[in-house]
Amino acid sequence: MTTAPNAFSSYPDARGMFGEYGGRFVAETLMPNILALEKAYAAYRDKPEFTEPFEELSRDFIGRPSPLYFAERLTEEFGGAKIWFKRDELNHTGAHKINNCLGQVLLARLMGKTRIIAETGAGQHGVATATVAARFGIPCEVFMGAHDVERQSPNVFRMKLLGAKVHAVTSGRGTLKDAMNEALRDWVTNPDDTFYVIGTVAGPHPYPAMVRDFQSVIGREARAQMLGRIGRLPDAAVACIGGGSNAMGLFHPFLEDESVRLIGVEAAGKGVDTPDHAASLNGGKPGILHGNKTYLLQDDDGQIVEGHSISAGLDYPGIGPEHAFLHDVGRAEYRHATDAEALEMFQICSKLEGIIPALEPAHALARVRDLAKELGKDGVILMNMCGRGDKDVFSVAKALGVEL
Amino acid sequence: MTRLTPTFDRLKSDGKAGFVAYVMAGDPDADTTLAMMTGLAEAGADVIELGVPFTDPMADGPPIQRAALRALDGGMTLRGTLDLVRRFRETDTGTPVVLMGYANPFYAYGFGAFAEAASQAGADGVICVDLPPEEDTELREGLKAQGLSLIRLATPTTDDARLPRVVEDTSGFVYYVSTTGVTGSGVGETAVVSGAVDRVRKAANLPVAVGFGVKTPERAAEIARVADAVVVGSAIVDALNASGVDGALKLAKTLADAAHSAR
Ligand SMILES: Cc1ncc(COP(=O)(O)O)c(C=O)c1O
Repeated sequence: MTTAPNAFSSYPDARGMFGEYGGRFVAETLMPNILALEKAYAAYRDKPEFTEPFEELSRDFIGRPSPLYFAERLTEEFGGAKIWFKRDELNHTGAHKINNCLGQVLLARLMGKTRIIAETGAGQHGVATATVAARFGIPCEVFMGAHDVERQSPNVFRMKLLGAKVHAVTSGRGTLKDAMNEALRDWVTNPDDTFYVIGTVAGPHPYPAMVRDFQSVIGREARAQMLGRIGRLPDAAVACIGGGSNAMGLFHPFLEDESVRLIGVEAAGKGVDTPDHAASLNGGKPGILHGNKTYLLQDDDGQIVEGHSISAGLDYPGIGPEHAFLHDVGRAEYRHATDAEALEMFQICSKLEGIIPALEPAHALARVRDLAKELGKDGVILMNMCGRGDKDVFSVAKALGVEL
Repeated sequence: MTRLTPTFDRLKSDGKAGFVAYVMAGDPDADTTLAMMTGLAEAGADVIELGVPFTDPMADGPPIQRAALRALDGGMTLRGTLDLVRRFRETDTGTPVVLMGYANPFYAYGFGAFAEAASQAGADGVICVDLPPEEDTELREGLKAQGLSLIRLATPTTDDARLPRVVEDTSGFVYYVSTTGVTGSGVGETAVVSGAVDRVRKAANLPVAVGFGVKTPERAAEIARVADAVVVGSAIVDALNASGVDGALKLAKTLADAAHSAR
């Protein structure tokens, strides 16, 4: 596919920049690694030794393509536009995360790396990485904030079953960003044999572009499926945003379709006007962290502020640089949803559709409700159901005051 | 010209290696840091590296991570750090001070404005861990306009293809990270470090200071035999936390003596 120069889908540039955002802000020790990864990705991405196992395992191991589903009863309930789900929650391991892990672990093998590390928040990326690592018999170590280890204990056990070693990170404040710091520290210490599988469209170039490419299967399939099912594109494509990988994967194939509004939903926690939220675009400003320049939650001194969300997959204080770019140029809109709204949607979707969503896409659903009214009955909304809620039932029960 | 070049010239003509001492600004408060800076200079530190606290110090091991959190919990900021340099200069006009930190606080201040403020405060150079040569244009030009040194890091993974670029815009000295790892982890084999120092010195035509993981006077002396200066951070930071200013300065004195008498 060729893209026009300056087309939205033509980024990043050779320096890994999406407009002003992105780049390679890493310690010198890692620079040679980052450059080698960029080279290897460019060399292998279209070669059969990469594409053949990637396609085969996407189909037979992950279960792609994921279905497109008409959410009839939610459509009725919200009383407006027709709502369709892209069902990436049906993927092996229960979320979109594995699309990216498969790509990165295959690349790691081709690069001759013998050890995999990853950071994880909700544990979904950790589980997906451990799953693919197990499939190939590569040792895997996952860094997870001590706080998240506690609230996502089923995923910790899953990772261990899959043979991964889980490090509970207590450095810093023991959260997802600290887990990422710890993974970077591990990589600095073991630059030769180790491949760092980053779980979202953030980090130094080439990660934001590479992860997006691996996740773009979501939008490519959905676009073709919509055309096949209803003969037209949706009016809006909606996805939740932690670091932004499921959203970028959904958005990217629609970037040049002007009629399709792209809407990302950030986690507003207790509200974007309180200190307890994780809405980097709606409540942060540009800065430099974890290898890229992007919007960050920070104070006036440039110190990073913790994100808060009921969803452990969304409380990252940054956002992928491509979203920062799409936000500034106005190609995508970024809204937000609170913990309370996500909890409400979690229950509504379970009852009406027979789909227990993860808390992350439950955030997206809250804005789908408004949008359904905004667009009216002729409208069509495509939402990425990026994960299932099995992992969340304990924390949701707790939030609702139910004892299990 | 900054205080760095005359300092390294003096060391060279004395036939000695230098001692670079690291302390985290505001750990646990500003007055303690000021006492440390003054005391370190008296104990024989040839250069003071003043850490700028950051919430996410990706290249630091546990001792300096914890020091940064203590400093931030005590309210230290980049502005507060610059104020410390200003106060230090009221009594010490000769010891070079290099600020070492991460990009985001400098970026939030504005790279150019920060360079100007650092110059006015009396700093001599800046090390920014997460700005590789590919990304440091704004800081580099800001510092250059103020006549301050940008000190880049060379590492064991910096191969011959990259090395010229890394040292190209460095002035004052080059900081060689002795090992692949975080601060405080463990210094590389002296023989390997020695070869690397020669390689960097040749490419840069500048003095080379070696750090990351030097903790004892014995190791300091070994490194001092092969490098132009030895940097100690985590050990001093730990000593300060465990036994206060007096304990940290006592350690610093033994390290300084070891470095100065190694050859
Ligand atoms: C189901 C689910 N959705 C979304 C996210 C957030 O990540 P991203 O914004 O990169 O898609 C996570 C992260 O763990 C997740 O598990």
